[in-house]
Amino acid sequence: MLQQEFVSAAAIAASVLFILSLGGLSNQEKAKRAVWYGIAGMAIAVLSTALGPRIGGFGWLIPMALIGAAIGVWLARKVEMTEMPQLVAALHSFVGLAAVFIGWNADMERTRVAAIQAAGVSFDGLSAFATMLAHKTPAELTFLQVEVVLGVFIGAVTFTGSVVAFGKLAGKVGGKPHKLPGGHWLNGGAVLLSLILAIAYFNGAGFWTLFLIAGLAFFIGWHLIMGIGGADMPVVVSMLNSYSGWAAAAIGFTLSNDLLIVTGALVGSSGAILSYIMCKAMNRNFVSVILGGFGATQSEAAEIEGEQISIDTGGVASALNDAENVIIVPGYGMAVAQAQNAVSELVRKLRASGKNVRFGIHPVAGRLPGHMNVLLAEARVPYDIVMEMDEINDDFADTDVVIVIGSNDIVNPAAQEDPGSPIAGMPVLKVWEAKQVFVCKRGQGTGYSGIENPLFFKENTRMLYGDARSSIDALVPMID
Amino acid sequence: MKIGAPKELAKGEARVALTPESAQQIQKLGHDCLIESGAGAAAGFSDEAYREAGVVVVDGADALWRDAEVVIKVREPEEREVERLREGQTLIAFFWPAQNEDRLERCREKGATVVAMDMVPRISRAQKMDALSSTANIAGYRAVIEAGNQFGRFFTGQVTAAGKVPPAKVLVVGAGVAGLAAIGTATSLGAVVRAFDVRPEVAEQIESMGAEFLFLDFEENQDGAGSGGYAAPSSPEFREKQLALFREQAPEVDIVITTALIPGRPAPKLWLDEMVALMKPGSVVVDLAAEKGGNCDATVPDERIVTDNGVIVVGYTDFPSRMATQSSLLYATNIRHMLTDLTPEKDGVIVHDMEDDVIRGATVTHGGEITFPPPPPKVKAIGASQPKAKPKEPTPEEKRAAEHAAFVKQTRTQVGMLVAGGVVMWLLGLVAPASFMQHFIVFALACFVGFQVIWSVSHSLHTPLMAVTNAISGIVILGAILQIGSGSWLIALLAGISVLIASINVVGGFLVTRRMLAMFQKS
Repeated sequence: MLQQEFVSAAAIAASVLFILSLGGLSNQEKAKRAVWYGIAGMAIAVLSTALGPRIGGFGWLIPMALIGAAIGVWLARKVEMTEMPQLVAALHSFVGLAAVFIGWNADMERTRVAAIQAAGVSFDGLSAFATMLAHKTPAELTFLQVEVVLGVFIGAVTFTGSVVAFGKLAGKVGGKPHKLPGGHWLNGGAVLLSLILAIAYFNGAGFWTLFLIAGLAFFIGWHLIMGIGGADMPVVVSMLNSYSGWAAAAIGFTLSNDLLIVTGALVGSSGAILSYIMCKAMNRNFVSVILGGFGATQSEAAEIEGEQISIDTGGVASALNDAENVIIVPGYGMAVAQAQNAVSELVRKLRASGKNVRFGIHPVAGRLPGHMNVLLAEARVPYDIVMEMDEINDDFADTDVVIVIGSNDIVNPAAQEDPGSPIAGMPVLKVWEAKQVFVCKRGQGTGYSGIENPLFFKENTRMLYGDARSSIDALVPMID
Repeated sequence: MKIGAPKELAKGEARVALTPESAQQIQKLGHDCLIESGAGAAAGFSDEAYREAGVVVVDGADALWRDAEVVIKVREPEEREVERLREGQTLIAFFWPAQNEDRLERCREKGATVVAMDMVPRISRAQKMDALSSTANIAGYRAVIEAGNQFGRFFTGQVTAAGKVPPAKVLVVGAGVAGLAAIGTATSLGAVVRAFDVRPEVAEQIESMGAEFLFLDFEENQDGAGSGGYAAPSSPEFREKQLALFREQAPEVDIVITTALIPGRPAPKLWLDEMVALMKPGSVVVDLAAEKGGNCDATVPDERIVTDNGVIVVGYTDFPSRMATQSSLLYATNIRHMLTDLTPEKDGVIVHDMEDDVIRGATVTHGGEITFPPPPPKVKAIGASQPKAKPKEPTPEEKRAAEHAAFVKQTRTQVGMLVAGGVVMWLLGLVAPASFMQHFIVFALACFVGFQVIWSVSHSLHTPLMAVTNAISGIVILGAILQIGSGSWLIALLAGISVLIASINVVGGFLVTRRMLAMFQKS
């Protein structure tokens, strides 16, 4: 058994390691070390807590932890890099569900301890948490109730929200926004009802109120995320990331555990910053993303004149052979078509013949922040030629050929030129400034947001229709 | 349809509207080609070469005009050619309808359709049939060659055993197609080239050709760009400034090539007698605007003169014709593209689609009516975009003031947020128990650290960041561990499930992060 003082010291060490772990992600080389900091921090935290005073139930604890770890290993091994968004969403839902259970537990334990106290039995033999509860003053116990409600509510929203996000990202639920009649009034009503129930709970209404609050929060999470379109998923996933952190922090307050509070706060702020960056990249207000997809405030977008001119792979290959500077702009379509390896092969050949090939990545390309970077890294594209939007946007004018693979809205010139466009003001990659643009696309449809893209009608744009992977595969042998 | 090209009647005109090469392309459109015997001789195309390309060679202009349903020409038709036109016949040639109203009227009376190659609108789609540009290109090139012929020195600077030769200084006035071609030719010969144009947005094009743009410092934002990519007349004040600039340049430059034209007006006088007088003996002025009266006072159209101070002024108007082979090849290609547009089905049937911007713009008579001037094209011309106003460079004081203002503003928001945060803490402290406040301070500090740390995370590592935060948010496992030893079986069960799913998070999250990070490689 470890002393409580030792557990506290271990908690500080773990907090520091977590901070180092997140801070280390500032560049690719440091990051490889940073993940070990995180693992070490977690090991210290779990072991010191499990071996701390008054911890029992090892008969439950050890097998459960081992089963969970085994599932974790299996998941981490088998997941495809294109499936990362789903995995991240699924993991968020686990945190949410765990938070709900722990919140419920805290309340049940509170009533149990109160009963024991009333009966005048000694505290010996109680669990660590129960012992702590037994030493709390009535004022502290009231605050505990507030914390429990918060933890359960946020956890429940995170759980169902993440499950829906998982479904949408995995293609198990339709990507289009979908709302029940009543829309946000329904959510508002549920929040109000939760508030009333919470007040009832503070006044001693019993466990059923907490149970109902969780039910209402489950509904809110489900309904809220169902109403958000697929293109907004990067924001949704980051937001849920943030929620899972806040849920952990709320649970930390409930359990008076500083390590939980610190870690929860770190995760929460990380997710909040990611959501902010994603919203900024789409020039959208966070609230409007959460309250629903595109189309609500859509004004008449400018009509586009002209026609889309198509080209075959031979034409693209000859342009590439003549080009000096090439930029590739990948999007979600590349992930869908699993074209990253073909693209990597193309880049390798182009670079071998001495061309300057780079990638331009928009912050919201894909369905997860940084999704494209991971896919390209998996395909062994060196990370130093993968550029952020701000790094590369001024270089398009000096570029001979731009290949757009499966992206649409993030290269839409209407965002800058047409104030009536629904995505007006969104920062986009200025591919049209290049001498030639080839757009690799499945068909003539519009993008996820349903907006017509004037880029496809520009004079220096040629459309390469077909599956991205087979198009690029056909292109590779023609490069000399 | 039978497409026929007669011999040009204008004196000294060596060009021809049909070449053996273009004839082959036109035949692919389903048309038959005719040519008057000897029409291509001056441009270097023998009758034999035409016959080999499948062209029927016709003796005499009368026979050709009788047989051909579409007549293609270079120069505007002369009186006797107009007389030969008949109803339903189409004539494609330079026509200059604004200057030739009588002739236009005669064509209308004859009931012929006339497509004026000089009226092709200047839009991107029509560039391939823009004969004015292809002609101007040749004129610009030839102007430099002609100037070199008259000029007694090298273009390029050389240091030889026999002494040092300075490079020739060339000034090009007017950077249209001809001007740009002249700039390109002169720079590639090694001359030092300066250029001037009233449209400031062409500065970039001039610099891209390797010349120096003479910038005119003029207060009022003078933009000489009219519609269609041509220059518009300038104000008297602007003109004064412009002349002063030329006066300054005149003693320095060796060769002046003037190409300034304003559509539908006589050429502006830009190189006055006083400037010619300032030039060094042996200097050359080539006036490409001679046909429209000339940009130079001393210009005599179609002649080469030497002024009293030994400056040679060349006023030839037939530069394209002096390079008849090249001109004919390009012009015939322009004509061929026009015929391609007129034959949309490639079946030898000409469809005169008056809804088409290009065909509508170029057609001056059709169906017994005069269709000139055309309505403005729907598509805006290239080059009409405004140059971006240069952002004003702030003075050091302004910069310092702006920096100070930003600093003050930042301080104010930061102090404001700190005060607001402090007040919230204080209010909370009034109601919350001390132990809660202790935890809350930890929470606030952790949020602050989190915000500081996360901003420095590289964008490309956002997915690993999410995976690692996923893993560490599995820290809720601690809560479950603290509760699992409870005496209640329900609590233990729920805590057990929590341990299970939280450990999936912890282990899965870290492993997947490690897998991802291992993939990031430097080249």
